[in-house]
Amino acid sequence: MMNFLRKKKQYLWLFLYLLATLGSFAFGFDPGKEVFGNFTQFFIEMVTFIPFLFIIVGLFDVWFPKEQVEKHIGQESGIKGILIVIVLAMLQAGPLYGAFPVAYILYKKGASIKNIFIYLGAFSSLKIPMLGMEIGYLGIQFTLARTLVSLPLFIAVGYFMEWYLKDKDFKINKM
Amino acid sequence: MRNNASIFIIASLALTLLSFFLDRKKTLMGLEKGWKMFQNIALPFVNILILVSLVLYVVPPSLIVRYLGPDSGWAGQMIAAVVGSITLIPGFISYPIAAVLIAAGASYAIVATFMTTLMMVGVVTLPLEIRYFGAKVAILRNALNFIAAIVIGTCVGLML
Repeated sequence: MMNFLRKKKQYLWLFLYLLATLGSFAFGFDPGKEVFGNFTQFFIEMVTFIPFLFIIVGLFDVWFPKEQVEKHIGQESGIKGILIVIVLAMLQAGPLYGAFPVAYILYKKGASIKNIFIYLGAFSSLKIPMLGMEIGYLGIQFTLARTLVSLPLFIAVGYFMEWYLKDKDFKINKM
Repeated sequence: MRNNASIFIIASLALTLLSFFLDRKKTLMGLEKGWKMFQNIALPFVNILILVSLVLYVVPPSLIVRYLGPDSGWAGQMIAAVVGSITLIPGFISYPIAAVLIAAGASYAIVATFMTTLMMVGVVTLPLEIRYFGAKVAILRNALNFIAAIVIGTCVGLML
């Protein structure tokens, strides 16, 4: 029910905006026309690549299911273990707080403290759909630069957390 | 056109063909999944585009350049880092905003800082994070990521 209302509200925004735009054109209200000019440009920009991005993301999802990667968590250590958590994070979607339950699963499966925090770092900045959006909107150079700088930093955060929490009885609570 | 639409169009067509050649059923499943995800974000996305169009009309680029431009220095980067930490903007919505900021004259360093804190630091979601990890760990993680974001922003700014 709440969901339904939220959906409705979103349509209401769009409807009000279109109404205001129609009004602006009918009465020659220039600011309204200018805003519509901006909007059209953004809208075209969006429809020219986002549907295609989601085709790629959808195909990725069926060919590289996260469950497959999840199986290997906790068994591998060293570089391989780090790579596995990063790949797993890249296959996810959604906001960071959606990663906490997964962090709990990783913890239960015996992943190291370091890898749990590397997972959170990779989750927040290397998810494939988000990288696609980033390339589309900010360009491949920006995306590459940000990714290449971020990667060593959140791996460092992982190592720091492990060093700091090593004998501190670290645990993740189940919700 | 600022975005690299052609890359996505060519890549998606090539991958679909390849996937179709390997496994028809999987391909259809994938396309359906992609379409569903697109449907989920389409409407909120369009609404954000409306909001961005409005804000862009109201806020003059000169203001963005002054506070978030290359000459805004540390103050600009701190503004970006703090705003990015306390707001809860879904990732896919933040990209058009970031693109508009850059087009209006914000620096790469500041936009990268903003995007990174947005993604890695969550003040609003901190209570939730504390329930999972405990207060000390959650606060430490956010603090470390806040610092990392400023380093990342600075480095990206130097690289581009």
